[in-house]
Amino acid sequence: MIPAPFAYARPSTIDEALQAVASGGEDVKILAGGQSLIPVMRLRLAAPETVVDLTRVAELRGVREEGDAIVVGAMTTHSDVLSDPLIARYAPLIAEATETVADRQVRHRGTFGGALAHADPAGDLPAVALALDAEFVVAGLEGRRTVPAADFFVDYLTTALQEGELLVEIRIPKREGWGMHYEKFNRVAQAWSIVAVAAAVRMEGGRIAEARIGLTNMGPTPLRASAVEEALTGAEATGEAIAAAAEHAADGTTPSSDLNAQADYRQHLAQVLTRRAVTAAAGL
Amino acid sequence: MTLVEEPTTADAVPEKEIGKARRRKEDARLITGRTTWTDNMVLPGMLHMAFVRSPVAHGKITQIDVSAAQQAPGVIAVFTGRDVADEQGSLPCAWPVTPDMVNPGHPSIAVDEVNHVGEAVAVIVARSKVAAQDAVELVDVDYDVLPVVLDMEEAVKADAHLCHDHTSSNTSYHFVFDAGDAGTGADTEQAFADAEVVVSRRFVQQRLIPAFMEPRSVVVQPQGDNYTLWSSTQIPHILRVMLAMVTGVPEHKLRVIAPDVGGGFGGKITPTPEEVVTLLVARRLGKPIKWTETRSESLMTAHHGRDQIQYIDVAADREGNVKGLRVRLLADMGAYLRLITPGIPALGAFMFPGIYKFPAYRFECDGVFTNKVPTDAYRGAGRPEATFAIERIMDELADELGMDPLEVRKKNWINAEEFPFTTVAGLQYDSGDYEKATQDALDLLGYDELRAEQKRRRESNDPLQLGIGFSTFTEMCGLAPSRVLGSLSFGAGGWESASIRMLPTGKVEVVTGSTPHGQGHETAWSQLVADHLGVPFEDVEVLHGDTAISSKGLDTYGSRSLVVGGTAVVKAAEKVVAKARRIAAHLLEASEDDLEFSGGKFSVRGTPGTGLGIQEIALAIFAAHDYPEGIEPSIDAEATFDPENFSFPHGTHLCAMEVDTETGFVKIRKYACVDDVGTIVNPLIVEGQVHGGLAQGIAQALYEEAVYDADGNLTTGTFVDYLVPAASDLPHFDTGNTVHTAPSNPIGAKGVGEAGCIASTPAVVNAAIDAVRHLGVSDIRMPLTPERVWRAIHEGGDGGDRASARTNAQAADSSDAPSTAGGLQ
Repeated sequence: MIPAPFAYARPSTIDEALQAVASGGEDVKILAGGQSLIPVMRLRLAAPETVVDLTRVAELRGVREEGDAIVVGAMTTHSDVLSDPLIARYAPLIAEATETVADRQVRHRGTFGGALAHADPAGDLPAVALALDAEFVVAGLEGRRTVPAADFFVDYLTTALQEGELLVEIRIPKREGWGMHYEKFNRVAQAWSIVAVAAAVRMEGGRIAEARIGLTNMGPTPLRASAVEEALTGAEATGEAIAAAAEHAADGTTPSSDLNAQADYRQHLAQVLTRRAVTAAAGL
Repeated sequence: MTLVEEPTTADAVPEKEIGKARRRKEDARLITGRTTWTDNMVLPGMLHMAFVRSPVAHGKITQIDVSAAQQAPGVIAVFTGRDVADEQGSLPCAWPVTPDMVNPGHPSIAVDEVNHVGEAVAVIVARSKVAAQDAVELVDVDYDVLPVVLDMEEAVKADAHLCHDHTSSNTSYHFVFDAGDAGTGADTEQAFADAEVVVSRRFVQQRLIPAFMEPRSVVVQPQGDNYTLWSSTQIPHILRVMLAMVTGVPEHKLRVIAPDVGGGFGGKITPTPEEVVTLLVARRLGKPIKWTETRSESLMTAHHGRDQIQYIDVAADREGNVKGLRVRLLADMGAYLRLITPGIPALGAFMFPGIYKFPAYRFECDGVFTNKVPTDAYRGAGRPEATFAIERIMDELADELGMDPLEVRKKNWINAEEFPFTTVAGLQYDSGDYEKATQDALDLLGYDELRAEQKRRRESNDPLQLGIGFSTFTEMCGLAPSRVLGSLSFGAGGWESASIRMLPTGKVEVVTGSTPHGQGHETAWSQLVADHLGVPFEDVEVLHGDTAISSKGLDTYGSRSLVVGGTAVVKAAEKVVAKARRIAAHLLEASEDDLEFSGGKFSVRGTPGTGLGIQEIALAIFAAHDYPEGIEPSIDAEATFDPENFSFPHGTHLCAMEVDTETGFVKIRKYACVDDVGTIVNPLIVEGQVHGGLAQGIAQALYEEAVYDADGNLTTGTFVDYLVPAASDLPHFDTGNTVHTAPSNPIGAKGVGEAGCIASTPAVVNAAIDAVRHLGVSDIRMPLTPERVWRAIHEGGDGGDRASARTNAQAADSSDAPSTAGGLQ
């Protein structure tokens, strides 16, 4: 279909972008890769007054190293993420999950920051960011602030971003040597996750020293499977121990029911997929 | 020494075109978009239309306020159903399957009442597509909401709410075929009364959406009292007749053109409300008008397919010999009857016995109205539904008897030496060898090895179980013998027409009435003509789809094009040769009887080197300086072919399926099929048709389902929710062929357009059930979503409804009445 009429701004710096957002009127939408926004505009489910297109803001692209973290520009495309050596070394979980996002065309346009700011609970990257304890750097006219992942995802399609703010970069602590795996469950290759599990574990001897588990589509926001993490910490890296820990994967979750899955089935899937994700991450 | 190979004889016959895997000559333009699709048409002064559609599944229209829309920028006119009530007539239904069939009438724009979400209630005409779309939101329609009829099993109850209040029930017709009454079989009730074993099942054929690639599009250009209509349709010829009858524009004042059309799968086989309205608006305004649908509009309002509840019983003895078959169907018509809506399940009536020698058979079908978009043809049209039911219940019978499913099939199928074989449904199956196709398919699959693996996985209680599913199918193709269609009360014949024009330069124009929409007619027809006229493949051009060029035709559906349309081409070519023979005899000063025609040349028998090519004759007769007295100076010819029988492709499809019992996820490990489609004119096209058909048949088994919510809204309204698989979701296909030619046509072809789609669905479902039958599963509702498979394994039953679907064929004992007006906007 055809979107309703809208004003369009295409700034080339973050400052210009913030100005454009501030002067865009009541309903401003920020266009990153457009892979979610354009469809909803075409269906007229969204009819923004102004669209601020960030594709020309060069400073928002790319991945760099900064002390004990890597920093990913919000406008870095999925395909750039996939070929980035820093991500491959320090946060391979991101690349693994990104590879499951839609298809090649979408990955060439869609962006890391766009997917996170959209905060679709069925999207793959929010749970990954949560599992890796990412920090979100947000710019506004008054300056910048940093929001931890645990506080960034507020509700369904809702983040801690305030009106007039832009997500500019995401800082991810380096986790060299950790075992990581993203276990995605969907019906066809291009579909969103019905449920998915992001797992990162640090092994010490035959034991799991630390574990980070993020759940995709198990509620209105991505979730940490804290009970599983606790059960895994210090546990022996055996199939039995992992399976026992994974039984807690759905604790406290309130997943939705839709065409692909009812809530109880999602909770069951979370347990199976967590077991599989941790097993793979632990290299078993 | 010479570098050039000497021909072995002076008159070497060129290599046969028929059987050659020619790449399709039309593909370069089709896949690069270097052609004129309907939506590419731009005409001077052209206006654009957009439809205002009902958000309500069932309701009376109490008021429509179009004033704001009329004032909107760029808007030329707004028409409601009331505005066109006197001229829009009723969309035609050409198949009254019973004399007392109820047809409630089908306005193109609703006048008083809407009967499904997405039904047109007004149309905006504007200077641009954008202006038309913007104005849609300005039309204010008030509805008095009525109870919604969605569930067929509820709809046929005595106290059900009515879909159409001027009818006495939601049943359109009750169609019966009883082999006992027809004299083609024994008494069915007796057969069941005497049976040692009876197996009964209720299968749900979910509603599907044809989902063709090119959305529908219509352009109408008025010129004086003449109209040219371009449409992305499968049926330009039928559309012309029907539009003339509906709108009163005389047939000879209406030219219909289907330019290159990007797929249809039956979804473009019916005259649509939008085609009628575009023509009416062009007539009103005297301006060229275009309408092109959006994808959401297409999924919501273009007709759907399948949607049956099948109650099927099979009677047998303890040894596994079948004794009788009883089928009762509820077939969802949707809200209205389109061109052949009621005939789809009736066509299926003849295919339920499949390849088996049932002594007794009774079929009953109720066509049921619901507040959903109408159903009509979708690839296979009646035959996939029938094939699914019979191939599924043969597995259930085998399970009941503790026999191997293949053994039960072998025991009952028609043996190769029994052809031609008249079935209990009265059809005469033409040729084939089910045993051979099955053996070849087993070899392709690596059957024994997979069975051994299945056993290992079962014994070790592996979370990943393996199953193998069979589908030994046949279908009726080559639609259709006109007299048979007459006996079934179909409103038209089943012949096809072709003509051949020999151009002065020796090039050949073939005009076919069988209008392609992606099948490769231009290539296959060129191969036929190249062989029959002995001209180069490249010298043949195939013209189609324009009623001013191809004046007669019945278009493309039901795997009929090659069998019927191709035969018309061959017959026309034979006439060309016969006419050319007289000219050749004259020019060669020989008797016609002494001429032989080979490799495109006439030569005098026994006198090598005396030849005269048919392309030379074309030039000679164009000049017409020297030709026999008493004949016309032309070797052009026309032919119409009406088949005497259907053709019956058959084959064996085998699917090996992995089922993850922990998650319910199913994955096809291997798929092998051997199809007998008669003579193969182009192996590449046959392979392509099989692959595409398999994709759609597998999609019915695993992915696709049109789901409505309790208010009658299509929940699967985008490709996010209506899952059409991509190549990445499908396995490699191991395909093979046996060839038993069809005696009903000189080519010997049986048809291949629907085979993959018809055969594959039950093979896939049987395979999944085979993998988990030992866990107590005997049915899983299509599509086999992981959740349904998981629930069937862990909770029993068939996996049930999907969350948010409250209306798609609930279990018969469901106590949830369809909900009414609550929550409508």
